Amino acid sequence: MSSKKQGIFPNSIRLIFFFLKGSIGLFALSMIFAALTSFLDMMLPRVISFTVDSIIGEKAPGIAGRAGKWLAQGGLALLKEKPWLIALIVCALALAGGIFRYLSRCLNEAGAQRFIKQMRDRLYEKIEHLPYAWHGENSTGDIIQRCTSDVETVKDFVSEQLTSLVRVVVLIILAVSFMSGISLKMTVIASIFIPVVIGYSLFFYTRIGPAFEKADVEEGILSAMAQENLTGVRVVRAFGREAYERQRFETQNRNYTGYWVHLFRIMSANWVTGDVMTGLQYLLVNVIGAVFCVRGDITAGQMIAFVSYNAMLTWPVRSLGRVISEMSKAGISLERLRYIMNTDEETDPENVSEPPMDRDICFENVSFSYSGAAAEALHDVSMTIKAGSTVGILGTTGSGKSTLMYLLEKLYPLEEGRITIGGEDIRSISTPYLRSRIGMVLQEPYLFSRSLAENISVAAPGAGMDRVRRASSTADLIETVDRFGAGFDTFVGERGVTLSGGQKQRTAIAQMLIRECPIMIFDDSLSAVDAETDARIRRALERETGNATVILIAHRITTLMHADRIFLMEQGRIIESGTHQQLIAQNGVYRKIYDLQSAGKEGQE
Amino acid sequence: MNQKQEKTVILPLFGLPRLIPYLRPYRKKMVRMVICALLVSLIDALYPLFNRYILNHHVALGTLEGLPLLIALYIGVLAVQSVMNYVSLVDSGSMEVTMNHDLRNAAFAHLQTLSFSYFNQNSVGYIHARVMSDTGKIGMAVSWRMMDCIWNGSYLLFAIIVMLIVQWRLGVLIIALMAAAAVIISLFQPVLVKLNHRVRELNSVITGDLNEGIIGARSIKLLNIEDRMQREFEADTEKMRSESVRTVRWSAMLLSLVTMMSSFALALVLWRGGALTREGIIRIGTLSVFLSYAVGMIEPLQFIIQNIAAFISIQVNIERFTRLIEEPSDVSDTPEVIERYGDSFAPKYENWEPIRGDIEFKDVSFRYPDGDEYVMEHFSLKVPHGMNIAIVGETGAGKSTLINLVCRFYEPTEGEILIDGRNVRERSQLWLHSSLGYVLQTPHLFSGTVRENLKYGRPGATDEEIIRALRMVSAAGVVARLGEGADPSKTWSAQDEVTDAEIIKGLDGVVGEGGSQLSTGEKQLISFARALLADPKLLILDEATSSIDTLTEKAIQNAIKVVTRGRTSFVVAHRLSTIVDADLILVVQDGRIIEQGTHRQLLEERGYYYSLYTRQYEEI
Repeated sequence: MSSKKQGIFPNSIRLIFFFLKGSIGLFALSMIFAALTSFLDMMLPRVISFTVDSIIGEKAPGIAGRAGKWLAQGGLALLKEKPWLIALIVCALALAGGIFRYLSRCLNEAGAQRFIKQMRDRLYEKIEHLPYAWHGENSTGDIIQRCTSDVETVKDFVSEQLTSLVRVVVLIILAVSFMSGISLKMTVIASIFIPVVIGYSLFFYTRIGPAFEKADVEEGILSAMAQENLTGVRVVRAFGREAYERQRFETQNRNYTGYWVHLFRIMSANWVTGDVMTGLQYLLVNVIGAVFCVRGDITAGQMIAFVSYNAMLTWPVRSLGRVISEMSKAGISLERLRYIMNTDEETDPENVSEPPMDRDICFENVSFSYSGAAAEALHDVSMTIKAGSTVGILGTTGSGKSTLMYLLEKLYPLEEGRITIGGEDIRSISTPYLRSRIGMVLQEPYLFSRSLAENISVAAPGAGMDRVRRASSTADLIETVDRFGAGFDTFVGERGVTLSGGQKQRTAIAQMLIRECPIMIFDDSLSAVDAETDARIRRALERETGNATVILIAHRITTLMHADRIFLMEQGRIIESGTHQQLIAQNGVYRKIYDLQSAGKEGQE
Repeated sequence: MNQKQEKTVILPLFGLPRLIPYLRPYRKKMVRMVICALLVSLIDALYPLFNRYILNHHVALGTLEGLPLLIALYIGVLAVQSVMNYVSLVDSGSMEVTMNHDLRNAAFAHLQTLSFSYFNQNSVGYIHARVMSDTGKIGMAVSWRMMDCIWNGSYLLFAIIVMLIVQWRLGVLIIALMAAAAVIISLFQPVLVKLNHRVRELNSVITGDLNEGIIGARSIKLLNIEDRMQREFEADTEKMRSESVRTVRWSAMLLSLVTMMSSFALALVLWRGGALTREGIIRIGTLSVFLSYAVGMIEPLQFIIQNIAAFISIQVNIERFTRLIEEPSDVSDTPEVIERYGDSFAPKYENWEPIRGDIEFKDVSFRYPDGDEYVMEHFSLKVPHGMNIAIVGETGAGKSTLINLVCRFYEPTEGEILIDGRNVRERSQLWLHSSLGYVLQTPHLFSGTVRENLKYGRPGATDEEIIRALRMVSAAGVVARLGEGADPSKTWSAQDEVTDAEIIKGLDGVVGEGGSQLSTGEKQLISFARALLADPKLLILDEATSSIDTLTEKAIQNAIKVVTRGRTSFVVAHRLSTIVDADLILVVQDGRIIEQGTHRQLLEERGYYYSLYTRQYEEI
C-alpha cells in the first residue's frame, strides 16, 4: 500500500518510538535486571568449580582480591569445616537471581502491555477519525488483522525478540568471558559451534517462514468453508447439496492436513539436526575437557564448570536463529500499521461555525463520484428542502439517493457544487455539531453489541428509560421488546439475540428519535417491515417529529406520498419533483411507478 | 441459547476414552511413537553418565586410553537416538494433524445432517469453533501433550532410577526436593490457567470492540459518538493491560521459584555430595551426575504438571465435541427410508420417484422444538401441483413456519404433510430438497465466482441456460458489471444492452465473501436466477422482493409468472400488489392462518386481509 507517502511518520522507526512512549523505560530497566540475572546465573558454576577443586579437592583457590585474601586467612579452612556455608552461598545467589528474574519479567510485561495498549488505543482513535471514504476503500478483515495480529507481531518484536536478542548476546558475552577465564583454547574450540548453530537455524527459519504462511492461508480457506457452510445452511439444504459441501470440505481438509504432515517432516528433520549438533558439541566439550584435564591444563572442577557454561548457552543459541528470522516479520507489520497511522484524519477547517439547523437546506449543483468509480454517482443536483418540511426522495437502486445524504452528513467531502444550511456552507460548519443535529437511519443499520436500551440511548447520554420507551413506542418497538424475556436489557448481537432486519430498522429509528435532531433522514429505513407496520410507524412519526425537517428515502410511493415535496432521482440526477398530486398529473416516470405499485388496487376497482 | 459457560468437571481419564473410536486407526503409530519417545528419553537420561565416566575414568586417572572407543560409542548412541527422535516427532506431528482432520470431517459431516432447530439455537460462531478449534485442541492433546508427558515422565523416572542406583542417599534428598517443587508448581497451575483464560476472554472482547469500531464506523460517525467509543475501548484495553500484568506476576513468580528450586538442589548436592566426595564414598564424576540431574529434572517436572493442567482443560473441548457429534437431528430419515432412497451423502437416485408437486397439510399442528406454544393447530390444506400460494401477514406473524414445514426443515408436531399423496417422511429429505427452489429473505451467496453460485442448485447447467435464467430475472446487467474490465457504472438497468459475451465474462467475476461485492437487491436477483436454474418442481420465495426497487421488482414479477407456471410455489411477501394474482392467499396473524382465499374472495370477505390491503393506500 501507500508506503511512499510521507505523512506524520516518515519511517517505521519514528512510529515505533511514538508507540514506545511510556514503556521504553520499563523495557530498559527490565533488560538491566535480565543482565544481572544472567550474571548471577554465571556465578554458580564458579562456586561449583571452587567447591570441587578447593573444598573437596586440595587445589589452591585461584581467586584474587579481597575474597582471595579472606580465603587465604582461614576462610578456606572455615568453609571446609562447615560445607553448608557453600550451600548457603548458592542459596543466596539463587535468591538474588530469583528476585532479579522476577523483576525483569514483570517489568518486561508491564512495558509490553503499556506498549500494546498504546498501539491499540492510538490505532482505534485513528480509525474512528479517518474519513468514511477510507473505510470504504479498505476491507474490514484487513484492518482488523492489522489491529490484532500485526499489533501482536510488533509487540512480540519489542518485548520478546528484541529483549531475548539482547539477553542472549549478554549471555554469550558473559559465558564466553567466564569460559575464557578457565581456558581460552577450549573456549575457542567450543565456540565454533555458536556461529554454525545460529547460521543454520537462521537459514532454516527464513526458508520455512513462507511455508508456514502458506499453511495459514490453507487453514483460512478451510475455516472460511466451514463458516460459509454454516451461514448458508438454508441454501445448502434447500438445494440438497450436503454431499457436495462435504466432499469440498474434505478435499480442502485433506490438502491442509497433507501440507502440515509435509511441514512436520521438515520441522522434525530440523529439530533432530539441532539435537545432533548439540550432542556433538557436548561430546566435543567433554572430550577436549578430558584431554585438557589429563594434560593438566585445567582441573576437574573447572571442567565441570566449563560443561555447565556450555550447557547454559545451548538453548539460547539454538533459539537465536529463529528469533532473528522472526524479527523480519515485524518490519512488514510495522509498515502495515504505518499505513493506518499515516492516513489523514477528517478535519474541520479553522473557525468553523455552529449555526442554527432549523433552516432551509440547499443543494446547489452538486456532482460527485466515488473514488475508483468511472461514472458519476451524482450529476448537477440542485434542490431546496424547506425548514420544517417533509421531503421524499424516490429512486431506483444506485440512483444516488443515499449518496446525497452522505454528502449532507459530510461522510464524503464535497467536490463540486455546494450544500448550505440556512445559507451557511456545510464545509464551514463543525462536523461533530452537524452530525449531532442531523439524524440518519440507515437501510441496513448497525447495532452495537450491548443491550437494547443502551443501543437506543447510545448517542443520547443521560437519556432515562422514559425517553427510551417513548422513542421505542414511536418506532413501534415496544411490543417486540416486551416479547424478549429481558425486555430492554436484552443483549443484541453476536453474544445475544439476533434481531430481524425489520427489528433492527425499528431499533435504529428509536435510536435516532431519542436524539431529537432538527433534521431527520430515513434512508429506506422501513424497507424490511411489512406495509402495516410501516404505516403505523409513519403515523406515529408524523406526530412525533414536530418541527423537524424530515427527509424520507424510499422505493415505495406509499411511504412518501404525503411529503410536502417529492424528488424523483434516476442515475444521479433529479428528473422530476413536486407534490404527489403534481407528479401524478405530470404523467411522467413517477406516475408510471405509481401505477406499477398500485396495479393490484386498480385492477380491483 | 446453548452457549452457557461450561463448568470444569473431571471426567474419567480426562474424557479421553470418548476419543477411542477416533484413535483406533492409529494404534500402531501410537505404539511406535511411545516406544521411540521412551528410548529417546532413556538415552537423554543416560548422557550425564557419559560425563561421569570421563571424569571418573579419564580425568581422575589421567589417561586418554579408551577415549576413541568412548567417542565412537557416544556417536553411535547419538545416531540411534536421532533416528528414534525423528520417528517420534514425525509421528506426533502427523498424529496431531490427522486426528484434527478426522475430527473435523466427522463434525462437518454430522452438521450436514442436523436439523434447523440446532442452527437456530446455536450461533454460527459457536458451531464454527466446535469444528475448527475444539478439534485442533484435541488433536494437540493426543499427540504432543501425550508425547510430552511420556518423554518427560520417563526422563524423570530414569533419572530417579540412575540416582538411586548410583548413590541412593543423595538421590532420596533430591527426590524430596523435587516433590516439594512439584507441590509448588501444582499450586500455581490452576491460578495460572484461570488468569490466562481471563486474558484470552479480554482479548476477544478487544477484537469484538475493533470489529464494532470498523464495521460500525458509519453509524458511529453519524451518531457522533467517536469519543464515547474511544473511551470505552480504552477502558477495555486498560482492563487487558492490568490483567495481563497481574497474570505475568504469577507466572514470573513461578518461574523464579522453579529456577531457585533447582539452585537449591544444586546447593544440596554440593553440600551433602561434597561431603560424600571428601569422604571418598563417591567420586567427582558421580557428583557431576547429580549436579546435572539437580538442574535437569526441574524442567520436565514443570512440563508434566503443565500438561496435566492442559488435559484438565481439554475435557471441555472433548465434551463439546462429543456433544456435537451425538446431537440428534430433529428431522431425520428412518432406516427404511435410507435403505430405499439413500442418505444425503449417498443418494440412490435409481429408486427416486419423480415429484409432481401435490402438497397436502393433513390436520397439522406444530410448535417449534424450543418453543412451548403451538404456532399452528389442526391446519389442513390441499395444494394441487402447479398452484401458486401467497402468504401474507405482519412481521413476526409466523409466515416462515409454513415454508419451514413444506421444505421439511421442521416436521409437524402432530398430523402429517403429504407430497404427491404420500407422507413426506416416507421419502428422504434429499429427495424433496433436490426438487426445491428457494430464494431467501436475506440472500446468501458463497464466495467464489458468479458461475459457481449460479450452478449451485444444478452443477450441470450450461452457460446458455445460465444466461437465459439471468435474463429472465433481469440479473444480466448485474452479472455483466462483475466481468473483468466491465464498466462499473452499469447496473441492473443495463439488462437489455448487455451482450452474452459480457455476461459470460461476468460469470467468472467473484462475488466476494458472502456476496459482499453486491447490494442486497443484486444478491436477490442472483439467488433468484440460481433457484430458476435448478428447475424446481417446488418454488419458495421468502420475502424475496423486499429490497428491490419497483422497476426491477416489476421485471421479477413478470419472470415469476413465467416460472411459477407448472410449479407449486409459495411466496411470502410484504407488498400485497405482488401477490394479487396468486391462486390462493393465506393470511397469517399471531402464528395462525386466519383467512384464506383468492384476492377477490378475501376482499369481499372484508376481513383482516381487506383492512391490510386498503390501509396500504389510505390517506394518512
